Amino acid sequence: MPTFFEMKQVVTPGDLIAEGDHIAGENTYAEDNKVYALRIGIVEYENKKVNVVALRAFYIPRVEDIVIGTVVEVGFNGWTVDINAPYQALLRASDVLSRPFKPQQDELSQVLDTGDLIVAKIIAYDRAHDPQLTVGEPGLGKITRGQIAKVTPTKIPRVIGRKGSMVSMIKQETGCQIILGVNGIILITGKTPEDEELAIMAIHKIEEESHTSGLTARITQMLSEEKTKREEIKK
Amino acid sequence: MASVITRVKQKQIVQSIDKGKRLDGRGLTDYREIKVEQGIIERAEGSARVLLGKTEVMVGTKIEIGEPFPDTPNEGVLTVNTELVPLASSTFEPGPPDENSIEIARVVDRGIRESKAIDVEKLCIEPGKKVFVVFVDVYVLNHDGNLIDASALAAMAALLNTKMPNYEIEKGEVKTKQGYTQLPIRRRPITVTSAKINGKLVVDPWLEEEQIMDARLSIGIDDDDNICAMQKGGSGYFTPEQVLEALKIAREKAEEIRKKLEW
Amino acid sequence: MSQKSEKLIDKKGLRLDGRKSDELRSIKIEVGALSNADGSAYIELGKNKILAAVYGPKELHPKHLALPDRMFLRCRYHMAPFSVQERKSPAPSRREIELSKVIRESLEPSIFLEYYPRTGIDVFVEVLQADGSTRCASITAASLAIADAGIPMRDLVAACSAGKIDDTIVLDLMDTEDKMGTADVPVALMPNLNAITLLQMDGILTSEEFEKALNLTLEGCMKIYAMQKEALKAKYVSVKEVEE
Repeated sequence: MPTFFEMKQVVTPGDLIAEGDHIAGENTYAEDNKVYALRIGIVEYENKKVNVVALRAFYIPRVEDIVIGTVVEVGFNGWTVDINAPYQALLRASDVLSRPFKPQQDELSQVLDTGDLIVAKIIAYDRAHDPQLTVGEPGLGKITRGQIAKVTPTKIPRVIGRKGSMVSMIKQETGCQIILGVNGIILITGKTPEDEELAIMAIHKIEEESHTSGLTARITQMLSEEKTKREEIKK
Repeated sequence: MASVITRVKQKQIVQSIDKGKRLDGRGLTDYREIKVEQGIIERAEGSARVLLGKTEVMVGTKIEIGEPFPDTPNEGVLTVNTELVPLASSTFEPGPPDENSIEIARVVDRGIRESKAIDVEKLCIEPGKKVFVVFVDVYVLNHDGNLIDASALAAMAALLNTKMPNYEIEKGEVKTKQGYTQLPIRRRPITVTSAKINGKLVVDPWLEEEQIMDARLSIGIDDDDNICAMQKGGSGYFTPEQVLEALKIAREKAEEIRKKLEW
Repeated sequence: MSQKSEKLIDKKGLRLDGRKSDELRSIKIEVGALSNADGSAYIELGKNKILAAVYGPKELHPKHLALPDRMFLRCRYHMAPFSVQERKSPAPSRREIELSKVIRESLEPSIFLEYYPRTGIDVFVEVLQADGSTRCASITAASLAIADAGIPMRDLVAACSAGKIDDTIVLDLMDTEDKMGTADVPVALMPNLNAITLLQMDGILTSEEFEKALNLTLEGCMKIYAMQKEALKAKYVSVKEVEE
């Protein structure tokens, strides 16, 4: 059955990728037995399934995703959180307070205020409702230290690397803790701000060169070169 | 301009069209009943009221003396405005003209202007200085679909009914005198709108058909069977074949209406 | 129409800028020119210089505009006061309001609006310099900006105009030809579905002339479509080449 693009080729919306016996996978759509791309991206064939790994896309919430967000509004019974998605997310007060919520007594802004950063998990989301968050699991909650880096959400897998190899390497080389929000927001907590900035530098480089090969090696090299430079300056 | 239409009704309309008839019994290329009345507003220099099915549009024309545009010093000025009066539909809100009323005004204007319906050179009083300005104000009084065609008909009917005051120039001043002259009309363009529903074209869509249509194509045809305006509207599309089909239909219907109105 | 003392197309079939009747003006397209917008594109078509930017999908304000089952598209076509010979007031004119509507309606069919209900997309087009067929160039750029924003699309939308000057049907009208010619037909096309999403005609044409003009624009749109794809790919292929 005919295909018109090879693996790893860049396609644009409306490009006819395959005809006949193919199934429309990620970022594609089918019409009349033809599979077309619906976003700019790189073609990937999984047997009969045609996927396009999007080069440009925004974050689309999914239940179970771990995300990092900013509180943008303190409401009556919860908070509105910006999770870098087309939809704002809701965190209910009852989720955060470990007891029933008492509107007269509980001052929500003292628990979480506008501008606070949180790591949360999406527990509900459908076409008719905005995503709902929880912070009631270990590792989730308000962020008190560290720096934030933002990348296009589609690049997160690249930052993680195969079996976590890339992110583990960065953690090792910079001594930082790194939490990756599926929504493209990354929290870096290091011993010093310089260590954190080093990690952020590495992350941005990964974003720019994400669809090239040999990246892990180049990042490792860049990090060791930078560390050496900094050692030199200190002397 | 949308209030919710039930899925059941939607289905009914589509199924009926598939079988070649519409819910009100019309064929796919039939217009609703057209009624034209002229000269109903005496204070206006010209006026007309058109009923296209239940859609009702009233047009009044006013003539004033003004300056010509710099690049057409010997020509009179035409200006068309449309008001989607709030009482015409629950979906019309009071306020300045919105994109829908502006679009109708500009499409109606194009048909009249490009077909050279009015002999604008005869509206010149003093070249480069004074000309007659024709104000065409379209007032939609009841919206039951196809405002463009109804407005275009009413505007043309009002222009045919319009009288300009006689004048003389005394010491460089324009003075009106007794009597009137009919506005010099050379052409009578007619606009025909077709809507695309489920791949088929239907002429003169009524309100509910407009709510479910993919898109509409309005085509202005003059007395010599030339095209003098065209406007696709709606968030759908037409294939080139459908465009040419709509054009064929427009030419037929324009001739039919012209005969019926004796224009 | 004003004095036609000057011929718009000469005996050799060459127009005032030296083009043949079926030639497009020079086109330059750049995708992703703006850093803040979610998607953007810049186009030069002859002397036209037009910038398009897209924000969204995002929460819609005012909220009552949100549609329960799909995205809501808003479009603003605007000309800078310095874009034309005689300064144009910055306030939206009736023409700009009409063009904002028809441009929006030319882009809507290309977007999978059902994918993200209750959100909105804002498309902004700014004409920095105008020289005829600005709505077509605007659509061409806006469509690329939408793709650049990662919004799911059926296809790109390419647009161009045709018209009649001195009894000849020509492609891609520049301002003088639009003002002094006798017809202007702007068209936008979504090639995969052979879908015409913008179609207007201003002037007088016989049915045969119209059909000729329509076919000419469809050919022109296909050429522009190919350029759009090149421009989109160029942004990403160059990054790939950096490391090879």
